[in-house]
Amino acid sequence: MADNKRIFIKGNEAISRGALAAGLKCYFGYPITPQNDIPEFLSTELPAVGGEFVQAESEVASANMLLGAASGGVRAMTTSSSPGISLMQEAISYMAGSDLPGVIVNINRGGPGLGDIGSSQGDYFQSTRGGGHGDYRTIVLAPGTCQEGYDMMIEAFDLAFKYRNPVLVLGDAIVGQMKEPVTPWTPEKINNYGVEDWCLSGAVNREKRLLKSLFLEDGALAEQNIRLQQKYEALQSEARADVFACDDAELVVVAYGSIGRIVKSSIRRLRAEGHKVGLVRPLTLYPFPAKVLEDLAKAGKKFLTIEHNCGQMVEDVRLSIRKYGDSDFHGHMPGNLPGSDDFVEPILARLGR
Amino acid sequence: MARVEFRDERCKGCLLCTTVCPKEIICQSARFNKQGYKVAEVKEEDMEKCTGCTSCALICPDLAIKVYREKKEKK
Amino acid sequence: MSAEQIAFEAPEIMIDRPTHYCPGCHHGIAHRLVGEVLTEMGLVDETLCVGSIGCSVFIYNYLNVDAVEAPHGRAPAVATGLKRARKDKFVFTYQGDGDLASIGMAEIVHAANRGERISVVFVNNTVYGMTGGQMAPTTLIGQKTTTCPGGRCADREGSPIRMSEIIGGLGGTAYCERASLDSVKNIRRAKKAIRKAFEVQQQGIGFGFVELLSGCPTNWRMDAVAANKRITDEMIPYFPLGVYKDVTAEGGCECSESKEDK
Repeated sequence: MADNKRIFIKGNEAISRGALAAGLKCYFGYPITPQNDIPEFLSTELPAVGGEFVQAESEVASANMLLGAASGGVRAMTTSSSPGISLMQEAISYMAGSDLPGVIVNINRGGPGLGDIGSSQGDYFQSTRGGGHGDYRTIVLAPGTCQEGYDMMIEAFDLAFKYRNPVLVLGDAIVGQMKEPVTPWTPEKINNYGVEDWCLSGAVNREKRLLKSLFLEDGALAEQNIRLQQKYEALQSEARADVFACDDAELVVVAYGSIGRIVKSSIRRLRAEGHKVGLVRPLTLYPFPAKVLEDLAKAGKKFLTIEHNCGQMVEDVRLSIRKYGDSDFHGHMPGNLPGSDDFVEPILARLGR
Repeated sequence: MARVEFRDERCKGCLLCTTVCPKEIICQSARFNKQGYKVAEVKEEDMEKCTGCTSCALICPDLAIKVYREKKEKK
Repeated sequence: MSAEQIAFEAPEIMIDRPTHYCPGCHHGIAHRLVGEVLTEMGLVDETLCVGSIGCSVFIYNYLNVDAVEAPHGRAPAVATGLKRARKDKFVFTYQGDGDLASIGMAEIVHAANRGERISVVFVNNTVYGMTGGQMAPTTLIGQKTTTCPGGRCADREGSPIRMSEIIGGLGGTAYCERASLDSVKNIRRAKKAIRKAFEVQQQGIGFGFVELLSGCPTNWRMDAVAANKRITDEMIPYFPLGVYKDVTAEGGCECSESKEDK
């Protein structure tokens, strides 16, 4: 139910409020631009509702604290930005290998290395290909508005516990730092999907429980990997996309996050001028909305993928439509702030005008 | 009267127990267990010297030793 | 013929199976002492164990308690998260010297400094055991390992780190003691130290830390008896035994909100 009171807040704050609405119990984080609003907000708001806030000594520590809280079966999260997310990869891999639920928010900045503190989509590969070592995936949600930042936190925790898997919410510096009206709401109930059946809670009147990712006996790791792959197969049904003006489109633009939002504005402009162009804006990057794209490709549409990086999601678009066609790519270089005019020319060019 | 019981199949033949027995009645035996360790033992004739101090069991890393003491009857 | 009674047997918390540890490895003693203390303090039902990476990664096979496996060095952080999530449970970590003092140095220092209500059992055998005997932060000067085959040289490799002194100097530490497992007398003292480090958590006072000087016959290239003697002759002089911090002895706690709400 909505609280019916719109508030004008930054994306980072929307994410924080969404997490609280989702029943966040523990937050562990470390300062890094451009996401510091999140730990700063939660440092007072989370203890105020009886939760635990820890500023950790590093992102490595934060991610491992998340692992610990997850093993105790509670809703916990950490947030960071690109270089800090790199530091978290080992712990995320461990969480995936141990079937532990948790939410990690990445407010993507420019890279590689120290990069800049502006927005980019350079972490798409890191986010969707597991990011750390081994064959695993995190579920990835991609907000493009502050409201989506709020809503997707609630969704993220739900998915994390439903599948006992880490969930990555991939924002970026634009979404994180911009201010928009947001309507807060609280879910009617919180479902932790039987967490008390597997979490560590003290072995009273039951067998001891062990949460681990080490499987040394011959064949044991193979079984574990098969199980994980089956899990990822099952969660393909969670794929979602915002499909805009595609029915009669000649050209479908594929873009996500803040870029998807800017592209939508460009498409509205072009539509007003009579161009038949549409947008598929993936809301889940893993599982990727391949079916939506495949169907559009089968119907003969052309594709242009626009990203704020040097070409990452375009590979997934190409994989999705490979039986029927190919996608062009337009990359806005990390380090340059995108504007509403930046994508009109590339779209027109792909349309052949 | 105290005594010790050595579980041969747990003993790894480390002989730490032999270094702490105040009566020096623990020694390396001549036999190997299934794991190939030469196990420690107290010879039958030495068992009566055991005081039940539990030093051997305290230093044994493998829970291979059980110690028994006489139950004191209280009047 | 009078009846006899058991004078020593393993507590129930110890799982009855042979361990993978080498002959003479002190992990077996340390595991048992932890099990005994948890039993005597009535903590078994609420214990959550955070294992680490090293020979003792398999501690969860030997203690009958809920456990989670932490990445190398990160057990204090994992324990922090777990304790914050489950404040009414007893959370302890069990770590070796490579895990705690090398890759995990930041995590242990900060968990102690924050005064996390957790207890840490630190097994120091001056070497990386599981991976085949490489140099550790606690390797002694002149000690030969596979990555300093000529013997550790202070000029090239720095000097061995004394962890108890560091942890004892931190604000959030409530109890810190270095003990040893090389003799029956020291083992009895070590058990008391473990108990104190556990009590400060149980009483909600602060961070508890106990360092246990231990041997590694295999990687020291010695038999178990000689390795045990090395602890006495070489390790204790460099790593002095004793209490490095005890806020309960000082008659009060240093921070204002010391006790957990029960």
